[in-house]
Amino acid sequence: MIQVENLSKSFTLHNQGGTVIPVMEGAAFEVAPGECVGLTGASGAGKSTLMRMLYGNYLAASGHIRIGGVDVATAEPREILALRRGTLGYVSQFLRVVPRVSTLDVVAEPLLRTGHARDAAEARARDLLARLNIPERLWGLSPTTFSGGEQQRVNIARGFAYDYPALLLDEPTASLDIANREVVLSLIEEAKARGAAIVGIFHDEAARDRVCDRVIDAAAFTPKVSA
Amino acid sequence: MTPLLQVENIAKFYGARVGCTDVSFDLFPGEVMGIVGESGSGKSTLLNCLAGHLTPDAGAVRFDTRTEGLRDTVTMNEPERRMLGRTDWAFVHQHARDGLRMNVSAGGNVGERLMAVGARHYGQIRDAATDWLGRVEIAADRIDDRPTAFSGGMQQRLQIARNLVTGPRLVFMDEPTGGLDVSVQARLLDLLRGLVREMGLSAIIVTHDLAVVRLLADRLMVMKDGHVVETGLTDQVLDDPQHAYTQLLVSSVLQV
Repeated sequence: MIQVENLSKSFTLHNQGGTVIPVMEGAAFEVAPGECVGLTGASGAGKSTLMRMLYGNYLAASGHIRIGGVDVATAEPREILALRRGTLGYVSQFLRVVPRVSTLDVVAEPLLRTGHARDAAEARARDLLARLNIPERLWGLSPTTFSGGEQQRVNIARGFAYDYPALLLDEPTASLDIANREVVLSLIEEAKARGAAIVGIFHDEAARDRVCDRVIDAAAFTPKVSA
Repeated sequence: MTPLLQVENIAKFYGARVGCTDVSFDLFPGEVMGIVGESGSGKSTLLNCLAGHLTPDAGAVRFDTRTEGLRDTVTMNEPERRMLGRTDWAFVHQHARDGLRMNVSAGGNVGERLMAVGARHYGQIRDAATDWLGRVEIAADRIDDRPTAFSGGMQQRLQIARNLVTGPRLVFMDEPTGGLDVSVQARLLDLLRGLVREMGLSAIIVTHDLAVVRLLADRLMVMKDGHVVETGLTDQVLDDPQHAYTQLLVSSVLQV
């Protein structure tokens, strides 16, 4: 489902003396449907950079990222948008929403965008919000004023509302209590069972061991600094 | 898929100075494109060339017309271009007073555009006006008030209603949230975003506010000194800018 080939990336800081920082070289791996792969490595190893490149948020310098028949590394903006709508989901660590939109609408939006009926979309959103222990009295409010943990759970509900064939998870269990962590892990297991290909960053080792079929050390893709 | 708008090597010069030059892109149905850049970068010049308010010195702007497919609007005759301006296009000005008739009632402002495309039944026009005032969150009892009696945010919303009532396919917006305070801006953005999604509109938004394009635009074009320096997916351009100028622009935004 996800194929990464010879991927490299560097950042050029034009306004800081044109410093070039190579961050990735020759990254290559595959993720099959129903498989969950964990990215490991110390801070700065390039885990998040890799995730962002998979999502098309960071531009690849060279190489290929094939997800669902689209090469994210070279695709047109509208191809990436279509991929994000129907194929590739991303649960980031931070919720970014338009002010004034209710939590229920935020969670139902991925379903409405893909042509699901409003009733069905809202039913699914209610179900997820209830499972993630967001009190019903908050559903009509915008999540911008929620606590960090609540926002994180709204974000997860939104990410799992639509059954994406490929899913990227950036620390989905961070800042969650035990009960909610358990809910998130079972959501991930359910996604695997229906055949989703998942790439995740988990600092929570127990969680990683439970849901990941294998791990990839991002440090292996870090360019060797030549002396 | 046929692009709704196909822009090829548009250039506009003011004497020896460059307004904008070498601009080419395709806009597809349902796409929202943002054009950002500092004052004087040529973004408004470009928008005015695309919308037929200025005649470009070179290049073509092809629009996918309902009956004849792609037509170059630069070489099209004036009545045809004006007809497009009333039916398939809409233009939201930065200052609402440039896009409204200030001495005509709110309902009249919305109704006038309908009459320009042939509507004559008073009751239907008034119903459509009431419906649209509701959609842009202006109370129905303000329908007979003039825009001079409205706040800046209300005037801007009225301008949007006047523009969208005829069901255009392409909307040009020049700094639609400029000069409004932030709470009014948020409301307007939410409204615009909803309308764009519901009506499947394509839009080109010129702004210098990066937060506005992040919320509204699918893709982004960055301009400097009349040239396009970078294009791409909105979040990619903002989060991983490639060009020196874009990096400066993104890093200059104050964090709240």
